[in-house]
Order: sequence, then structure tokens, then C-alpha cells
Amino acid sequence: MIGFIIRRLLSGVVVLFGVVLLVFILGRVIPGDPCIAAYGEKATPQLCAAFSDRYGLDQPIPVQLGIYLGVLSRDGSILSEAGGLNVLPAFVAGGDNGILHGDLDNSIRFNRPVVDIVVERMPVTIELTIVAMLFATLVGIPLGIASALRRNSPTDVVSMVGANIGVALPVFVLGLFLQILFAVTLKDTFLALPPSGRLSAGMIPPNIDEAWGLGPVDGPLGSVFTFFSNMYVVNAVLTLNGDLFVDSIRHLILPAIAVGTIPLAIIARITRSSLLEVLGLDYIRTARAKGLAEQAVVVRHGLRTALLPVVTVIGLSLGAFLSGAVLTETIFNLTGIGKTILDAVNGRDYIMIQGITLLIAIIYVVVNLLVDISYAVLDPRVRMS
Amino acid sequence: MTTAAERHAETADAEEAAERASTGLWRDTLGNLLRQRSAVVGLILLGLLAFVAIFADVIATHPPNQSMLELGEDVSRQRPETLAPCIHLLGCPEARPQHLFGLDGLTRDVYSRVVHGSRISLYVGFVTVGFAIVIGSVLGAFAGWSRGRSDNLIMRTMDVVLSFPGLLLAIVIVTVLGPGLLNAQIAIGIVAIPIYARVMRASVLSIRERDFVTASLALGESSIGALTRRVVPNAITPVIVQGTLGIGVAILEVAALSFIGLGAQPPTAEWGSMIALERTLMTTSPHLIIFPGIAIVVTVLAFNLLGDGLRDALDPRLHR
Repeated sequence: MIGFIIRRLLSGVVVLFGVVLLVFILGRVIPGDPCIAAYGEKATPQLCAAFSDRYGLDQPIPVQLGIYLGVLSRDGSILSEAGGLNVLPAFVAGGDNGILHGDLDNSIRFNRPVVDIVVERMPVTIELTIVAMLFATLVGIPLGIASALRRNSPTDVVSMVGANIGVALPVFVLGLFLQILFAVTLKDTFLALPPSGRLSAGMIPPNIDEAWGLGPVDGPLGSVFTFFSNMYVVNAVLTLNGDLFVDSIRHLILPAIAVGTIPLAIIARITRSSLLEVLGLDYIRTARAKGLAEQAVVVRHGLRTALLPVVTVIGLSLGAFLSGAVLTETIFNLTGIGKTILDAVNGRDYIMIQGITLLIAIIYVVVNLLVDISYAVLDPRVRMS
Repeated sequence: MTTAAERHAETADAEEAAERASTGLWRDTLGNLLRQRSAVVGLILLGLLAFVAIFADVIATHPPNQSMLELGEDVSRQRPETLAPCIHLLGCPEARPQHLFGLDGLTRDVYSRVVHGSRISLYVGFVTVGFAIVIGSVLGAFAGWSRGRSDNLIMRTMDVVLSFPGLLLAIVIVTVLGPGLLNAQIAIGIVAIPIYARVMRASVLSIRERDFVTASLALGESSIGALTRRVVPNAITPVIVQGTLGIGVAILEVAALSFIGLGAQPPTAEWGSMIALERTLMTTSPHLIIFPGIAIVVTVLAFNLLGDGLRDALDPRLHR
């Protein structure tokens, strides 16, 4: 068990290094002068000299990588603090640049640290992802179970046809359909839902630290407060704000359905096929033969085994959620990480693109690692292979 | 150490398998495929799409990029009611020119644009996946055949590519290459390579241990010859199944890239970019979103149904 986890962690570190390398390479192969690519019309000789110096663009590529990581200084010598390699985050070891120190540099467009912008906007995406994931699992699993238990019944046929269409439905088409339906067609009914934004006009969410009477908090702790203040649902719960809670949930429903539908369809299909397979196994026949009620057979014996692959699929669909978030945030005008990266693409803010891509890939690798490990904990067979 | 009896049994097994195979894997597969309702639906839809794509010029009522103003029709973006679909059979007044799916914001015939869009989507799907299959299979076959260090290097590189959410990596690649349909296809293709590399490698790893491969090596065939002539032809089936399923995904992702302005550029009649272009009009003219949207869903659905069916038809566990 421990051996499996250590092996998995090591390969995770290798993959993470590869991810950093790939993002670094993608940042270097942009055609043309990188400074002009980055600053566009704003590029002046002084700015470009500073830019070239900052990234060591006159140095060999391996040195540039070292500078990017934050382990080499501009002249190619090893950056040492207290006599060794400094690979600690900036808020622990002080103000070195480079990604190993948690510094993703400043956005060109906003002229602010990318990390700060991410701390403000990531909560929007996380909130959306969590709600969408809840929607996908809470609807998808029961749908899959119902289909499996009534195989070839109208319920099964309808939900599997629905699942097939759900997988084929592009996120952006679904998002626009939902907007037309709930914000235009049903406009004056009680079913009407807001077509875009995170809150109604005039609704201003409080900062949690101020609402708790702590005043504005600075430093890393302040970032933590900013992070949670920007998850409006969490904010509403922590500051006991009923109006904020209802309003933010109402704004989340349509985007969450848009992002969650493809994973929902996949989860329903996997649950169905997995449960059907398990219900055909010998130990289920034994359970039935010893006189257990059908419900106990399905719930206690069948589902426990059948849901294992479903757990993996939920973990692995994080990529689908994040990809969906790029499109959904754009359609519903939510200023999360997905919309930010698209804005950065359109504004050619390469430093922002690099920083966010790297962060998302790291999150993705870590989550996949956790899914793998939890799967091994749940299912001893995985550890052996 | 195998005994003579065991070896004899194996040979008998192999002969029996060879006999079974001689009726033709693909003919068996076709038979199994046609027994599945959903796969048949997929095949019919695909046939229809292929027909529409091939005869687009005949089926379309107008050239895809022609403005109705050129034909002197009294239509305008400012009056959304003039853009609405008009079908004479369904009671639209004969005085208005017939437009099955209505007009878009530049007064072009949406039906003709959707019809022509099928060409682009099918082309995009096949070319993108073909690109990914060729590169992925070569990498996967080489990794599985050589094993050892190069296997490790190739597969870890594939792991890295898989560490990004697909669409995000594609967006970054298009940003580097510059927007456009071809670059969008390259980006989506690159993102898909690891899937085929993995499937091919797994398949090659199992085929390479078979007796007929050992035999051909023993008869003096070169390593490359054994790989390309004996192993790959027998290992390619799962890759093709995966590819059929991948075409739907590729079409979806290229449409998504076009929707955010990184894929097909106006005035190309591509479904994703058609939807993006007319988003501002969608509250007054929902038909501008609905028809291209349905077209995407039907196309992706067709490939998914066929892919699922093909996978089941080739899965020996399902028809013992």
C-alpha cells in the first residue's frame, strides 16, 4: 500500500516536471520577438531590455528554464540562499522570483501578480465546478441505477437516449439553449432564472474578514479570506446572509447544468453498465439465494462494488468540468479562471496564459493522483497490478 | 516448460482460432454491428450526413455566403421578424421567399449554411482524428515494441500531455500557432495523440507475445518487418474503435474552438462559428442558435453511436 502510494507520488512529480517543461516550451515557441508578442504596441526598447533581462532571453535555453523555475540567477549562476538551492515559496523564503517560489510573475494587461488574480477568480470556477459536480452525481447515479434495475424498460430507454444526446451536446449550445429557455421564454414566470452574471444588480457581497469584524486582513491570511469571500455561496453561509445565498444559487443553476450535463451523461452510463455487470456476478446470486430482500442485495452488495468505477469517472471528469468552465463562464459572463484565460488569449497576455495553464495542470495532476490513491485504498486489486 | 500435449492443445486452439478468423473479422463485426439498434441508427445518420456533405451544392437552396440583399429581398437585421424561418408548406405567406431555417444577421440563408457546414465538420472530424491516430499509433507501436527506455520516455511524455484538460491545452496551442481552422485541428489532434498511443501500445504489448510473431522473427524477419507486417495489422482494431469514438469528440472540440473565435474564421460556414457570430441576436432569433446546434448534436451522436456499436461488436466477451 505504502509502496504503491510512494511510486504513484514519484511518477506524479515526474509528470509535474514535464508539465512545467511543456508550459515553458510553449511560452518560448511563440513566433517573433517574445517581447513584442507579450507587450504588443506598448513595447518600448527600455521595456524590452528589462523583459529580456528578467527572463534571461540572451542566455542559453537551459539557463532560461532555471530562471523560469527560480533556481538560477540572470547570469546563470545558482541562486543560493543560506548556501543551498532555494526552492521554497516566496512567503516562506522571501522575495525570489520564479515558479518554484510560487511567483507566476505579473500579468501584462493588469500589471498585477498573476497569483493575486488567480486567488480572486479561482473561487468562481471552484464554486461552479462543485455545484456542477453535485448536479452530475446526484442526478447521474440514480438515473444509472434506475436504468440498470429496469433494463430495457421505457425508463432505461429514455434515460440512455438522453445520456447519448447529453454526451453529444456541446457545452456552449446547451448554455445558450438554457439562456433562451429560462431567461427569455420563461421570463415572467416563477421559473425564470438570470441569464448571466453572479449576482443581481445592486447586490454587493461583503468581505468575510470585515463582516466578522476583523477589519481588512493582509498577507497570506488575507488571501485566504479573499478566496472564500469570492465563493459567494460559502460567503453567504459564513456571514449568515440569506439574500446573498438565494441570489448566488439562482445565478449558479444554469451554468452548473451547462457544465454538468456531459459528466452527468457519462456518470449515468457508467453506473448503469457497472451495476449490470456486478448484478450478474455469482456473489449476488448467492446473496439472493440466501433470501436477502432485493433492495438489500442491490444497495448493500451490488452498489458498493458497482460504484467504484463511478468514483474514478467522477474524479477524471474534472478535466471536462474545467474545459466546460472556459465556455460556460464566457457565455454566462462569470469572471472565473476560464473566462480569464480566454480574455488573456484574446488580449495576448502570455504571462497570464502560462501562469494559469500551469496552475490548472498542477491542480489536475494532483486531483488525478488523489483519485488513483483513493481508488487503491478502496479496491485492493488495483495495488497489485 | 510446456509438455507436448499442452503444445498440441495450443496448436489445436490456434488452428481453430484461425478457422474462425478465416470467415473474416470485419465481416463478423459487420454482422454483430447490424444486430445493434443504436449502431444502425448511427450508421443511417452518418450515411445521411455523408450524402448531405457530398451533394451540399445541390441540396442547399443558396450559396452559403450569399446575402439575400443581393437577391433584392426585403430583409434586415434590424427587423428580426424578416429573419425568421419561412416554410410555405407550414403556412408562411407565398409572398415571402422560402427560407427553411431562416436568415442570419448578414441575411444569409441558414439552411444552406448548415448544409455546407456538414462538409467542414466531417472533414474536420476525419482529418483531425486521422492525424492523431497516425502519430499516436506510430509512437504507441514503437513504445510497445521497443519497451525499455524509449517506451518510458514516450509514455511519460504522453502522460504530460494528458495532464492538461484537453480544451485548455488546445487553446494554448492555438494561441501559439495563431487562430484558424487548420491550427485548431492540429491542436485538437495533438491533444488526442496520447489516447491512441496508449491504446496502440497496450495492443502491441499483447500481440507481440503471440506465437506467430515469434515464428516470423525465428524465420528471419527483421524487427521492423515483424512490427509493421505482423504486429501492427493485428493490433490496429482497438485503435480504430477508439478513433470512431474520437471523431465525435474532435468535432465537438473544434466547434468549441471556433465558437470562442480560435477555429474557423468568418465567413466560413462552420457550425460553431455560426453560433458565436449570431449570439447577440439569439433572444429575438433563436433559430440562429438552434439549427447549427442540432446539426452538431446529430453529427456527434452519429459517431458516438457507431463507435459504441463497433466496440461492442468487436468485444468477444459480449457474444460468446
